[in-house]
Amino acid sequence: MMGDKFLGFRRENGSAGVRNLIAIIPSVFCAAKVAQRIAQNVPGSVHFSHPVGCSQVGDDLDITAKTLIGVGRNPNFAGVVVVGLGCERFTPLELAQGIAPTGKMLETVVIQDVGDSIGAAEVGTRYARQMQQIASEQKREEMDVGELMIGLNCGGSDTTSGLVANPALGLASDKLVAQGGSSILTELTELIGTEHILARRAINGQVAQDILRVIHNMEERLKRQTQTSRNEKRKNLISTGNYDGGLSSVVEKSLGGMKKSGNAQFVEVFAYGDAPTQRGLLLLDGPGHDGEVTTGQVAAGAQIVCFPTGRGTPSGFPGVPVIKITGNPRTYERMKENIDINAGTVITGEKSLQQVGEEIYQEILKVASGKLSKAEVLGHDEQFCITRMP
Amino acid sequence: MSEQEMVGLAGSKRALILDPKDNVAVALADLSNGDECQVTEDSGARYNFQVTETIPFGHKFALTEMNVDDPIFKYGEEIGRMKTALPKGGWIHVHNMYCDRGLK
Repeated sequence: MMGDKFLGFRRENGSAGVRNLIAIIPSVFCAAKVAQRIAQNVPGSVHFSHPVGCSQVGDDLDITAKTLIGVGRNPNFAGVVVVGLGCERFTPLELAQGIAPTGKMLETVVIQDVGDSIGAAEVGTRYARQMQQIASEQKREEMDVGELMIGLNCGGSDTTSGLVANPALGLASDKLVAQGGSSILTELTELIGTEHILARRAINGQVAQDILRVIHNMEERLKRQTQTSRNEKRKNLISTGNYDGGLSSVVEKSLGGMKKSGNAQFVEVFAYGDAPTQRGLLLLDGPGHDGEVTTGQVAAGAQIVCFPTGRGTPSGFPGVPVIKITGNPRTYERMKENIDINAGTVITGEKSLQQVGEEIYQEILKVASGKLSKAEVLGHDEQFCITRMP
Repeated sequence: MSEQEMVGLAGSKRALILDPKDNVAVALADLSNGDECQVTEDSGARYNFQVTETIPFGHKFALTEMNVDDPIFKYGEEIGRMKTALPKGGWIHVHNMYCDRGLK
């Protein structure tokens, strides 16, 4: 099938990047400031500061490790500088060894080996500078749209998210998946009450069982947390803005939320920190926090995130374009500088749902080919946030 | 909801029914108590309906009289049940509905 094309960067392992940046990744929070200083010194690099990497055990530490490795492997990054402290539990060596099989440019700087943070920032800056100059020579090439993987996440939802923004994104997602691309739904805390509908869309019985299992497990985990909470104010699954926007229960929010996955069949359910083995519509097992969702999706290989927001949120992701879509015409008027697509035109009657779905799809192709999303232009990078196990 | 049905929802005093099974409509404008609004069904059919409370943009109102524990249907699915009885045209939100799933 002759599909649509975009202009991307071919990586050593054959994957397709939509950005050509250098990632500066600390293995532990103690190295975060050095990573940030390196990124400040080298335009075209981004840093991934986080609060974890030590004093963790078991699944919690493993998710941190797999996620940081996955981010480093993401094809939007031409090279990676790993920054370690030297005594942390998640070692910089393990982080670098996880990224190395991609064949991309890779260097490691360890603060305690260099001597101090000033010296480590200097060494790291030299590495990042070299990588950035080499990366700058690489040209964009024509690639099949089927090489794209997009993350789906909605935040600051209101009624219009479920009415227009999510269904329109679902149309774009279906079009991408029909051409061999991948699309990742997550936010299991906000799929509660829709599992019977999603399971009917599974490609086989195993995937149907996986869908029912992961959503059930997430609901049980939430029940345990709220039942042991002594604070009545801390038990709500949906936020005050959701309520103000007209959503009255998590099931009502979920029914609107799942619509961004369109009507395609689910081909795989995969764990947080992992990369999927199939291409097509995927379900990533993770909670509903915007940053935790998109971080898991980027670690899985998503080059772009599509983000409906009824109430309006400006957040973005380091090195990965986040395309903001609102179904609320009032929100678009107020937050034009932050929102890429106005799906509120369906509410006002200016456009059909099909037209806005196509508008989102075309925007994905443009952004994949280099157009900056508004969150990128404004430097928003708040979403990098690794999930924790309770 | 097909594209044809979504087109032309502009203008004041409109509301939307998303599925034939639904017993609520979603306000597409701020509606005041006593307002006559035009409700568009999933099929595209339209009729006038009077709301009996103030309904903010994006919020729901009852299309029929509701009794305690009656299920509330939106998108053709149960989204919760009534905590209290409510006359036709009344506002349904967290103050008068509950949902056991997800604890709220």
